[in-house]
Amino acid sequence: MINSYEVAQTNKMIEQENLDVRTITIGISLLDCIDSNVDILCQNIYDKIIRIASNLVVTGENIEKKYGIPIVNKRISVTPISIIGASSCHSIDDFVKIAKVLDKCAHEIGVNFIGGYSAIVSKGMTSAERLLIESIPQAMKETELVCSSVNVGSSKTGLNMDAVKLVGETVKLTAQMTADQDSIGCAKFVVFCNAPDDNPFMAGAFHGVSEADAVINVGVSGPGVVRNAIKEAKGKNFGELCEIIKKTAFKITRVGQLVALEASEALNIPFGIIDLSLAPTPAVGDSIADCLQEMGLERVGAPGTTAALAILNDQVKKGGVMASSYVGGLSGAFIPVSEDQGMIDAVLAGSLTLEKLEAMTCVCSVGLDMIAIPGKTSAKTIAGIIADEMAIGMINQKTTAVRVIPVIGKDVGDTVEFGGLLGYAPIMSVNEFSCDEFIDRGGRIPAPIHSFKN
Amino acid sequence: MERAIITVVGKDQVGIIAKVCTYLADNKINILDISQTILQGYFNMMMIVDVQEVSSQFSLVADELESLGQDIGVTIKLQHEEIFDMMHRI
Repeated sequence: MINSYEVAQTNKMIEQENLDVRTITIGISLLDCIDSNVDILCQNIYDKIIRIASNLVVTGENIEKKYGIPIVNKRISVTPISIIGASSCHSIDDFVKIAKVLDKCAHEIGVNFIGGYSAIVSKGMTSAERLLIESIPQAMKETELVCSSVNVGSSKTGLNMDAVKLVGETVKLTAQMTADQDSIGCAKFVVFCNAPDDNPFMAGAFHGVSEADAVINVGVSGPGVVRNAIKEAKGKNFGELCEIIKKTAFKITRVGQLVALEASEALNIPFGIIDLSLAPTPAVGDSIADCLQEMGLERVGAPGTTAALAILNDQVKKGGVMASSYVGGLSGAFIPVSEDQGMIDAVLAGSLTLEKLEAMTCVCSVGLDMIAIPGKTSAKTIAGIIADEMAIGMINQKTTAVRVIPVIGKDVGDTVEFGGLLGYAPIMSVNEFSCDEFIDRGGRIPAPIHSFKN
Repeated sequence: MERAIITVVGKDQVGIIAKVCTYLADNKINILDISQTILQGYFNMMMIVDVQEVSSQFSLVADELESLGQDIGVTIKLQHEEIFDMMHRI
């Protein structure tokens, strides 16, 4: 039988170390909503999302009560809208119409984000996909809860550099269109390489075409718990450090597995995957940077940071994989800047730069995330930053992403406040030398060789 | 049998156990195990209970216990046993 030490340990994790289930995300296929008339399509989308997800929030709250664990976010992801709208959307306004319907569904159900205003253009773009990407700035301006993503490359196909150039312009335009709100539109738009079909985290969640009609995906988190565990391993060697992280990750993930199974049963929707992630929040102590610093770094960004992150990321996976029957999504430590107080402090202290963050993305989940850059940064420079990050993902066969926010009217030295889970960020400096000619070439970067791994 | 864990933490005073147990009895919740200590004036109790016979919703019972705790001036938490089993048993 359970003893009081175990009960106390679990409750300490929840009450003092911010252990939570970060998100329950319902993936919903909209393929059967497709119609050649955009108004009928919108009605179909509305009906289906409401039918499947209307009980999501209540179910989540019941599970919170049953186990005494917070479930921070309840979200929805849908089939990439570029596919759903391909036969009926002939203008930017048509696509924006769909975005508005998604926004309406999210508000009515009470979720905090809905993802899937997306296009998968790893190799080429259909005219509908191009139109969707062009509609993103308008859609981000006119909706509140809709998240958008574009997959511009993969290890199998190489990089679609025409798309990279286009999304660079999209980021810039989105920033300009939401300039009155510190360019917040860009916080809801992410560019991927090797995007997974079952990611429950925003802004990049969409319900891939390889998925079932509806599915429950759960993202766990708990940097605070891991950090306290690392604290206990102070002065111990790497073998012992890794063991402790692994055991902690196991325990955290078990909670996610429990919540996923419970939600799946309550909603009568099959369980998809657990995303083994360490996702920070702006709350004090809920920080990945703190975990790395607890390992022995004075500040994140110091030499040794990439190695420390590699340890953290790998051990979280090793512990988590055994704790769950199905693992997927992005699975790994996230390093968003604005959402992590430790990262923000490191930037302000001059320890963490964009270049170091790029290096760190080689060994952890996702990529350059929630980074505020000067508003004057050109679309082509943004495309260059995206191309670099996508190349890392393509060559190393991992998911990488870019979510940068060129904050219009602000420059290095300023701070930008996004509020809530999105946090705040100091503007980071960007290398100002030009990559215009490189980006202007157009075409594709061929798929990489999968042998001679050097 | 459907087991749940009740934890009660707070400043010690007369009648904490009596009040909690009365509530449990009124709601057909059977106590299977109690462990309790006083640490530096702080009351610390863990109960394993059977909630099989409870007619109302689990979340409602959890809410009622929480507000009972507020009346007494302690923190009372009701959690289904599964979360501890999942975390601490392979």
